[in-house]
Amino acid sequence: MFGSESFLTSKLNDMVGWARKFSLFQYPFVTACCGLEYMSVACADHDIDRFGAGLPRFSPRQSDVLMVVGTISHKMAPVLKRIYDQMCEPKWVVAFGVCTCTGGFYDNYATVMGIDTIMPVDVYIPGCPPRPENVLDGLMKLQEKIQHQQQ
Amino acid sequence: MAQHLKTMSVLDRISGKFQNIILETHFFRGDETVLVRKEAIRDIMNFLKSDPELDFNILMDLTAVDYFWMFKKPRFEVVYHLYSLVKKHRIRVKIGVDDREPIVDSMVSIWPAADWYEREVWDMFGIQFAAHPNLKRILMYEEFVGHPLRKDYPVNKRQPLIGPKN
Repeated sequence: MFGSESFLTSKLNDMVGWARKFSLFQYPFVTACCGLEYMSVACADHDIDRFGAGLPRFSPRQSDVLMVVGTISHKMAPVLKRIYDQMCEPKWVVAFGVCTCTGGFYDNYATVMGIDTIMPVDVYIPGCPPRPENVLDGLMKLQEKIQHQQQ
Repeated sequence: MAQHLKTMSVLDRISGKFQNIILETHFFRGDETVLVRKEAIRDIMNFLKSDPELDFNILMDLTAVDYFWMFKKPRFEVVYHLYSLVKKHRIRVKIGVDDREPIVDSMVSIWPAADWYEREVWDMFGIQFAAHPNLKRILMYEEFVGHPLRKDYPVNKRQPLIGPKN
């Protein structure tokens, strides 16, 4: 942005950012009740396809946004970390629902208290479950982040 | 009225035959419960399944209760819920399991459904089942130490596989 960037490369940066933010391939890692809210966001009424994020890819190699939807238990945590490690750069993580943000209403022997204890998270979408409008707002914040980051 | 007679008759039929192993029975609003001795559980279960009058062919549930804070002896109770698809009656069978000797005969040879239920009871309470084909943890992971649903396991104690130990 300052100094070493020229006009051309910053425009190229913006263009790549524009392309990346409007073609998000998500990996919806759905474990629990938030999955229903994810389904309702993805379907006709609150359409996620109009933001360019309408194609979920159920493989970490083919996706760039890992949406962790639903409660993660300690038994599942190494699996989730492995999935995250298998994704290629650039990758982003969305913590969908309070169980993944902070552990939710759980405080017991089995639940991970927020997935940011095991991986870096870009956008937190709180709610139990979050309203679809909230999810779309979170997605737009993610898109803004993608646009403005160094490509 | 006929309904009432039919449900009481399960208890009548078994209390006549197994007087020395039945510790107590009660019947409340259509629910029959019988508390038996741990050692004779196999005999009474075999009778409940094979007797043509009773014919309990489904094990609906197998679970355990921990009476730690009620200071009750014996500490655990394993509860079996049986149902008969043909005769349409139910019964609940309870056995008292002591803390120092938490071993019970397995019901897998009588009802195969008991397999995963007994694994869950082993995982959560630590009650072992003799002659179970595959008694290992089912809900928690193998490295977990302890039995979480016992009342003396601290509620917030986590044993994470990865990540910080908070």
